[in-house]
Amino acid sequence: MNFPEDLKYTREHEWARLKGTKVVVGITDFAQDQLGDVVYVELPAVGDEVKKGESFGVVESTKAVSELFAPVSGKVVEVNDPLVEAPETLNDDPYEEGWMIAIEPADPKELSELLDVKGYQAFVDEQE
Amino acid sequence: MEKGAAPGAAGVDAPGAGGAVRGIAYEEPLVFEHGSRGRCGVSLPEVGPVPAGDEIPASLRREAVDGLPELSELETVRHFTRLSAWNHGIDTGFYPLGSCTMKYNPKSSEALARLPGFANLHPLAAPELSQGVLELMHGLERALTEIAGMDATTLTPAAGAQGELCGLMVIRAWHQAHGNPRKKVLIPDTAHGTNPASAALNGYTCVQLASGPDGRLHPETVAEAMDEDVAAIMITNPNTLGIFESHIAEIAAIVHAKGGLVYGDGANMNALLGTARPGDMGFDVIQYNLHKTFATPHGGGGPGSGPVAVKAALAPFLPLPVVVKEGEDYRLVTDPKERPQTIGKLREFWGNVGMFVRAWAIIREYGPEGLTATSQLAVLNANYVRAALQGTYNLPYETDSLHEVVFDDKAQKATGVTTMDVAKRLIDHGFHPPTIYFPLVVHGALMIEPTETESKEELDGFVSAMKAIAEEAVRDPEAVKASPQKPVRARLDETRAARKPVLRWVPGMKVE
Amino acid sequence: MRYHPHTPDDVRAMLDVVGVKSVPELFRSIPAALQLARPLDVPPALDEIALFAELQRLAARNQVAHPPFVGAGCYPHHVPPVVDQLLLRGEFFTAYTPYQPEISQGTLTALFEWQTFVCLLTGMDVSNGSLYDGASATAEAALMATRVTGRKKIVVSAALHPEYRKVLDTYLRSTHDEVVTVPFGADGRTDLEALAAAVKDAAAVLIGWPNFLGVVDALPEAAALAKAAGALTIAVTAEAVALGLLQAPGALGADVAVGSFQSFGNPMAFGGPAPGFFAIREPYLRQMPGRVCGATVDKHGRRGFVLTLSTREQHIRREKATSNVCTNAGLCALAATIHLTLLGKKGLADLARLNHARLLQLREALGRQGVRPAFGGPVFNEQAFDVGDAEAVVTRLARKGIAAGAPLARWYPDHPQARRALLCVATELHSPELIDLFAKAVKP
Repeated sequence: MNFPEDLKYTREHEWARLKGTKVVVGITDFAQDQLGDVVYVELPAVGDEVKKGESFGVVESTKAVSELFAPVSGKVVEVNDPLVEAPETLNDDPYEEGWMIAIEPADPKELSELLDVKGYQAFVDEQE
Repeated sequence: MEKGAAPGAAGVDAPGAGGAVRGIAYEEPLVFEHGSRGRCGVSLPEVGPVPAGDEIPASLRREAVDGLPELSELETVRHFTRLSAWNHGIDTGFYPLGSCTMKYNPKSSEALARLPGFANLHPLAAPELSQGVLELMHGLERALTEIAGMDATTLTPAAGAQGELCGLMVIRAWHQAHGNPRKKVLIPDTAHGTNPASAALNGYTCVQLASGPDGRLHPETVAEAMDEDVAAIMITNPNTLGIFESHIAEIAAIVHAKGGLVYGDGANMNALLGTARPGDMGFDVIQYNLHKTFATPHGGGGPGSGPVAVKAALAPFLPLPVVVKEGEDYRLVTDPKERPQTIGKLREFWGNVGMFVRAWAIIREYGPEGLTATSQLAVLNANYVRAALQGTYNLPYETDSLHEVVFDDKAQKATGVTTMDVAKRLIDHGFHPPTIYFPLVVHGALMIEPTETESKEELDGFVSAMKAIAEEAVRDPEAVKASPQKPVRARLDETRAARKPVLRWVPGMKVE
Repeated sequence: MRYHPHTPDDVRAMLDVVGVKSVPELFRSIPAALQLARPLDVPPALDEIALFAELQRLAARNQVAHPPFVGAGCYPHHVPPVVDQLLLRGEFFTAYTPYQPEISQGTLTALFEWQTFVCLLTGMDVSNGSLYDGASATAEAALMATRVTGRKKIVVSAALHPEYRKVLDTYLRSTHDEVVTVPFGADGRTDLEALAAAVKDAAAVLIGWPNFLGVVDALPEAAALAKAAGALTIAVTAEAVALGLLQAPGALGADVAVGSFQSFGNPMAFGGPAPGFFAIREPYLRQMPGRVCGATVDKHGRRGFVLTLSTREQHIRREKATSNVCTNAGLCALAATIHLTLLGKKGLADLARLNHARLLQLREALGRQGVRPAFGGPVFNEQAFDVGDAEAVVTRLARKGIAAGAPLARWYPDHPQARRALLCVATELHSPELIDLFAKAVKP
């Protein structure tokens, strides 16, 4: 399982990356592995408001469906539209090409409240 | 086909433990791809002289529906005959789908349901024209009431899930009549997905309860979750692990004490017929699945029939119609003025009457002894399979099984062979696989429900196939993973079907 | 007992393997206090001969010598024997839901054909694998519209099947959705002015095609009003043969088409079972309830079919599912698929024309007796006739063993035209001679 060191993580198996002033969000290698082949993803629109811990979208595989939870609150400023046409990207490259949305965070403190890679690895180990 | 041919022998041409071999099947295009033109498969009267007065404007009509096929009767017969050859049914071989009760569908029931007196009767025919079917429905209502240990039954719901919807609506209406519909429904983690879905459709929040290490729901768990905001608990008994919820009386008491009701999902009634009754255990409502317990046919996924039986306190809330007997005559009560507390209607008419005829036929043929023997032999068959396989496959629960048994694929972990692979390999042996990956509390679940209509020889064949697969998993796991090889299609790409859905034929249809 | 193959020797041998001495021991997990201590109080067992005698006695108490002149949601049609003989093939009949697609390609291919037939007849993009009946399909469509639009108001024509409307009310009982009913006019069509006033903030407009009065309703106009207000148009068809002559609802502005295909391949059987259908425009795919079958390939690249998009359904989504539907009406849908294949393009057009012609003949025959239609709008094979006391007509004809029609006063007791009317159907089963006899009996 691959968990890049420079990312922050949530207990819902999302990752968050600070890129300039924006927070880019996706799902982790663990999440895509658990889901199996992703067949569908539903993302919000640019301009939508999201709240930390609340659902911003849905990801579906043939056997499971999972909501996506915002790691931080703020406004959606970018959406990875090509992902909707090629949902398999989430399986192939969850951390780069598989990015989902970019958020303009309302409260920069929220990012530091997330797990670091060690904390997330420990959390994942507990799950198994 | 010789008996005694070595099961699981090498090569796709060796007969499986159930006798399956390859044979001649036909590739068959869709009827829309047939390319036949100008043919027709029906014989209709001439229209004759048509009086004037046809006022349907041209903009609202069409001359014909484009794209419809144009096959002759024989082409149609060959098409569907060839399609049927691609299917495995109960009539083909063992079909141990846990939770579905795939027992033999009696052919006498088919002949009886097709009697013109039943088949050609319009639902709005006056009572004087339909006394026979009303008498039958009345008899069936009473029999189902007695078998469940309840006080009244509605035959109207179309299937188990609609029966659950009905049962929860009745519960909600009862609570409403007492001033407060309440907000929550308790549901064990072993429940079938229809349970929480039905609760949610009634505006309830579902609270999931964890079953214990013995696969049973424990009274302490229920007591902790039970409060005056809980409308009901939904329990399947025996549960989806095939295990009897032996704490049911105590659980029912806990729920009743705080004013809640106990809903029973009757999908597993086949384990209880004549032996025990939900109404005697504390259940207030229970839905039947006639297509499971009473052997009505549901090829392709239906039709079902989900009558709901209730205790007297809930009877006023049942949907309409109900059948009443007045003197020597029968009548459908359809007017809410006669049943002012009814939840209303769930169907445009009276229920799946065709299925009532079949269920009544089997109940009349069995009588009390036959019904009791059904549950006894169903439970014997499941326990026989359990005893025969428990050395080979892992049993997640040591607890007694009733009419179905759940194994998992833990014992095969080192080989890399999964429950899915075992299921697909069973196909090459000639058996329909059991239910897989349900219930969710067992990872890699294999749920086997033989039913009472299977013989010891059939079960022995199934057991030897399962053992052969376990042995092959060690020796040659790739062969197991490559299955099935004998049917007209090998494993199908479900991911592709979901990513780029192609859900109907169009000219030039392509699968990407 | 012929369905229980176990001999005493079998039972003994099996109990040995299980390791118990008797069958009752297998039930030790059921507390003794909860076990039934007496035989079930159901009638005693019958052998097959006695069984047939008893069921034939019951069947003979129903009068079916003449095809009924009533439709009202369940239609008397001729089902060619070929349909049943193919349907009864054990591989179709005794299979179940195609969970293992490799050995269910027969069921799945026929299901794909059903979905295609429904789309072709309704003019929609996608159909599901069937639902319980027309009424529940209508209720499911209304619920879907509330999910898709986020609105809580359903606008329904009073000319939509009254029993369907009652079922809709039952389904919506615990939601906080509101149903607004729009009246019909003297021609039996939905009052468009009233509809225009009611449609603001609606999730959907429900309209019959044809409607319960047999009338070809104002679907294009209703769809335009709905669309302008941001509501979905749901066309409801109880008599599917009408789709062989009427334009497809999808071509006239409907977003969803639901109803029943009972008229194809399925006997009336006192009202059930029958296949409900549910068809939509493509954007609503992920909100559509029920099972759906899709095309794919196997690992050798051969085309095949599987159940797909299951993540909408109860076994995965559980309380967040689009519906709680599990079992549907598979065999009924298969019967319809076989019948539609036999009919084909020409047969369906002929059947629809024939039904329409029979209704015109019925209207003319009743006209000769001085009985006129209650509503002026165009009809397909059903029409409401002004007979004065419709219940008396029904009772009088019942004595001759004929189901005459449905008295509309049962559903519209206060409507001045409807409460005098008898809703009658004429199909390919009603010969001109029978129609003549009927007309003379209605108004002697």
